[in-house]
Amino acid sequence: MPVIRTQQTIKQLANGDIVAVLCTDPGTLHDIPTWCRMYGHEVLLVDEQAEQICFHIKVVKPEEENDNDAANYEPW
Amino acid sequence: MTNPTKKPRAVSLISGGLDSMLATKVILDQGVHVEGLNFFTGFCVEGHTHAIRKQDKEKQKRNNALWACEQLGIKLHIIDIVEEYKDVLLNPKHGYGQHMNPCLDCKVFMVKKAKQWAEAQGFDFIITGEVIGQRPKSQRKLTMPVIAKESGAQSRLLRPLCAKLLPETYPEQQGWVDREKLFGFSGRSRKPQITLAEQFGFDDYAQPAGGCCVLTDESYSDKLVDMWQAREANQQSRDYTLDDIMLLKIGRHIRPSPHYKIIISREEGEGHYLSGYRKQYITLRCVSHTGPLAMIDGTVKDEDLQLVAQIVARYGKGRTEPEVKMQIQYPDGQLKVLTVTPLLAEDMKKAWYV
Repeated sequence: MPVIRTQQTIKQLANGDIVAVLCTDPGTLHDIPTWCRMYGHEVLLVDEQAEQICFHIKVVKPEEENDNDAANYEPW
Repeated sequence: MTNPTKKPRAVSLISGGLDSMLATKVILDQGVHVEGLNFFTGFCVEGHTHAIRKQDKEKQKRNNALWACEQLGIKLHIIDIVEEYKDVLLNPKHGYGQHMNPCLDCKVFMVKKAKQWAEAQGFDFIITGEVIGQRPKSQRKLTMPVIAKESGAQSRLLRPLCAKLLPETYPEQQGWVDREKLFGFSGRSRKPQITLAEQFGFDDYAQPAGGCCVLTDESYSDKLVDMWQAREANQQSRDYTLDDIMLLKIGRHIRPSPHYKIIISREEGEGHYLSGYRKQYITLRCVSHTGPLAMIDGTVKDEDLQLVAQIVARYGKGRTEPEVKMQIQYPDGQLKVLTVTPLLAEDMKKAWYV
């Protein structure tokens, strides 16, 4: 769930915005940075406390590309 | 009319296991643009349970779907389908498997969702890691066309690992995918997949027994059925929340009465997880001795609390003492302490254990 919620939140944000993500699931130590690498977002901080992990993520959104392959897909 | 210069785009259903990883790699190697889709139903085994339980700390705490996509160099889109999935589990048209696993309906549903996503995002076809005969309920030669037809994906659904045993698909007909470079795996053996993984240089991958879904687990299914039976006995619907199905993964479940059950943490990590529900449920803990955190799911009367406290007390260090003090915390924060004699093992009825 933390990755899904991060994904949903970042979708609403603009390039350069910074979001703080608070988690209790230790799996996020792997998953949040992996997801950020995948989409090019920048992890500015990982603060691991006893029962909570805090991430600060800078949103990086590339300029809209003219994706001809998507536009030219074969209609189903 | 096919555009000869376009790069075809496929969406791959990624569970995080080896088969979906291999199927994706086979298509990536044919020059197709692939992105992954992973559906969150709330019933996924990996990650969550291991993350909660401290005793599982040696197990890899990661979302394997994310990890697999990073290894493949593709994007993964994780979609929350908890609400929509309820109908699949509550009313499976094709029934359940060995336990409460509606595998065939589940696969149809996921491919249908992938189709909707693919059409919205401009993708051309769908890939899955299915292998004929790999799973007794959903991955059989007879069910493969059922999934393609009922999902609406039809011949846009390509199973690269067993494609040679199935009719030619649309991406093959369009020349986007070379059938000769696909495979004809069948049966329950994992050897062909392991050999292919070696060829691709994959040496670290998840292979969860029974797949990646807790609904294939007998113990989990028993708890789910118990929850539904209790609700029906209390004239409630079988509808569930994400918390309901998460809590079925945690602790010992003991039902002394149809109108309530006790969930008792088995170790520190579970206790920590249950403590997050203190504002929603009545919780108990022994305050005179070390003991687990427990919570009550259902409706209890004051006279039930004595028995609940006695049951929870027998899982603490004071289980052999003549008396222990149990603190009861209500959702509004109100506290009450009961002094009770821990229940003896012989007084615990077998039928109470879920």
